[in-house]
Amino acid sequence: MSSTCVEIQDLSVRFGDVTVLDSIDWEVPERKFIGLVGPNGAGKTTLLRTLNGTLAAHTGEIRINDRAISELTSKAVSRTVATVHQDTGVAFDFDVETIVEMGRTPYRNRFGGFDTEDAAAVEQALARANVAQFTQRSVTTLSGGERQRVMLARALAQETPLLLLDEPTASLDIHHQVRTLQLVRELLVEGKTVIAAIHDLNLASQYCDLLAVIVSGEIIAFGPPRSVLTESIVEQAFDATAVVFDDPVTGSVSVRTLASDPSSCERDAHIHVIGGGGAATPLLYDLQMAGYTLSCGVVQTGGRDAETAHRLDIPVQTVDPYASVSVSDKEMAESMICDADCTIIADINIAEGNIKTIEAAAKSNQLILVEDRPLSERNDAGKKGERLYGSLHSRAEITTLRDARQTLNSLTAGSPQNHNTLSGYQSPSSSDSI
Amino acid sequence: MSRTTVYNKCLADENLIVDDVTVHTRTTAWSAALSGLLMITVIASAGIGPVAIPPVTVTYILIDSVIPLHAYPIEQPLRTIVIDIRLPRIVLAGLVGFALASAGTVMQGFFRNPMADPSIIGVSSGAAVGAVATIILPLSLPVGVELQGAAFITALLTAFAVYLIATRNGETPTATLLLAGVAVQTFLGAVISFMLLFSGKSLRRVVYWLMGHLGGTTWTDVEAAILIVPPVFAGLLFYTHELNVLLLGEKDASAIGVEVERTKRILLTAASIITATAVAVTGVIGFVGLIVPHVMRLLVGPDHRILLPTSALAGASFLVATDTLARSGAVEVPVGIVTAALGAPFFLYLLRRQEVTRL
Repeated sequence: MSSTCVEIQDLSVRFGDVTVLDSIDWEVPERKFIGLVGPNGAGKTTLLRTLNGTLAAHTGEIRINDRAISELTSKAVSRTVATVHQDTGVAFDFDVETIVEMGRTPYRNRFGGFDTEDAAAVEQALARANVAQFTQRSVTTLSGGERQRVMLARALAQETPLLLLDEPTASLDIHHQVRTLQLVRELLVEGKTVIAAIHDLNLASQYCDLLAVIVSGEIIAFGPPRSVLTESIVEQAFDATAVVFDDPVTGSVSVRTLASDPSSCERDAHIHVIGGGGAATPLLYDLQMAGYTLSCGVVQTGGRDAETAHRLDIPVQTVDPYASVSVSDKEMAESMICDADCTIIADINIAEGNIKTIEAAAKSNQLILVEDRPLSERNDAGKKGERLYGSLHSRAEITTLRDARQTLNSLTAGSPQNHNTLSGYQSPSSSDSI
Repeated sequence: MSRTTVYNKCLADENLIVDDVTVHTRTTAWSAALSGLLMITVIASAGIGPVAIPPVTVTYILIDSVIPLHAYPIEQPLRTIVIDIRLPRIVLAGLVGFALASAGTVMQGFFRNPMADPSIIGVSSGAAVGAVATIILPLSLPVGVELQGAAFITALLTAFAVYLIATRNGETPTATLLLAGVAVQTFLGAVISFMLLFSGKSLRRVVYWLMGHLGGTTWTDVEAAILIVPPVFAGLLFYTHELNVLLLGEKDASAIGVEVERTKRILLTAASIITATAVAVTGVIGFVGLIVPHVMRLLVGPDHRILLPTSALAGASFLVATDTLARSGAVEVPVGIVTAALGAPFFLYLLRRQEVTRL
């Protein structure tokens, strides 16, 4: 294990009567990228401003590289810690180079000039932050992302072992968010330790070595993203229901928060969802959040819909991968569908393998079809599929994934609803098949 | 690592050092040019008046007074007119313009506010209270510097009071300082108006003082200004880098090692002292400290390393020129009227062309 860069003991910060940081003990290992996450107003910015010596601690001590920052002069502190604040916009006409040169302030003697060492540091910082190509341009002409990099270059010119970033990606588009964070990771190789307040949990999870979760001025969890970003911690921190899963693209752990429904607690309707190929997954999460009693089937064992149902403790009927739904499976599906007050067919592909499940939907008490794609794009069962789907379509409520919960709410609330009639349905292929 | 990279690296290295040298070179060049302009303005001004004196003669007189070799044929009355009558007033105008423009530059940078002027924390109103009180109250101390002294002291007391009002827990937010300054100025305005009600026969003198004027200047007035303005200004020159950094905002300034509150105290004190000196010797001359820094910023950019000395020199020329106008008409008018009457339309012109939209 590497040695410690920052050591905080019993740190409290108060603004008047309000305690913003509450006796924090924290040890930050060096050469790591640490993400500070937490809800708005949790104290992330305050912690950063206390770390760089701008705010005085009420109690406790901060040691950086084993030196207490309260005992250092402000110049010595800024040779140890550099900070990039949240972009506030600039209303003055300095060129980029002049701004980055300001980063050398802590090394400057009031009577001395700018020596070759300063020049080398500035040049390196300009190159590192990828702004060397517009040194002579005025900052007022730069875009938000470019300006952010200029401020980063200024902080790098300070040549400090510790770098603090307050919301480095907040005002950037997704491309520049990723570029900025990649750049930060490259700094670790050069021996820097970086602590950044980051709003976006997924970006934090993807790029940070360690995450600290701050809630109400306390660090409630600190460790690798996988151990910190659990559903219970995210729920505790953000007061929101969250789903944590592995992001197949980044390989890191990813977080989704789910919209809870203020009127969700009272629902006693039982809904059966017919899924397949992952099409039911968003519906299952959404309707679970809305408070419905759910069942699901028939889906493939080990498929995404089956996994989601297991995770959410929803009874699910499965068949083996690549196997077709048999007659006995169909009977079981029918009984689940009969038990349900309402059945929803997700935006699934219809094929020979699952056509029996679709047939079973005819037994439903009420039927909702989720259609985000026209049937022609997802019908692999030919005329048979068209005919079957068409017959269900004539008695079903049609909706989209985004409005599914809304449609279901109004249906189960018993409010009068215009049932879509045949006239509203246009067969994607041929009208004579209906 | 290709050859091009190495070449670019060298190029960048060179650029940086060149850039720092450029700042020095530009400062020197601009300052030299503006000093030349100031000399020309002074010589022209000294020749203008009821007795017109050609610039060559003025130059001879000036050289002769510095190096008394008596190498040139100079008529004694002309020498008296230039050296004893016109020059004190011109030198004082130059010093006051220099002081007001540099204080204005500092205040605009400090407050990051294009509307800031040297009196923004109440220095002029404070001076006016002291001056008006001396004029109308029946206290006859030995005549001489009592009015200037009282104005100087009340000016600094006001600035200090505004600073104290705006400071809490050792921090002085600039927004609070600005508002406290405005409120105190309004209050002192009421005090001055109240005193005017009872000014009786001295009303004319009071109004004349409040308009800002340079009439009747003697070398004694100049001495006071010379003792204070140049040394304090020289001190300010060491803080131009901090002024630049403060423009980034106080959070950033503090993060790169500037002791913000201490720097703010030093800048405020220095700017208030030179403003108080200027106001105490001449009364309230408006607009110089507001407009000159803006015009110079258009010409040389926002870098205080260049901006501060050039603004100061330009301010000196501006006030010498406007005071010459003020005294060369049929009736002498207070120079404050001329600076405002010329400065305001010019400022509005810049504003309409959108050149003065920010610092």
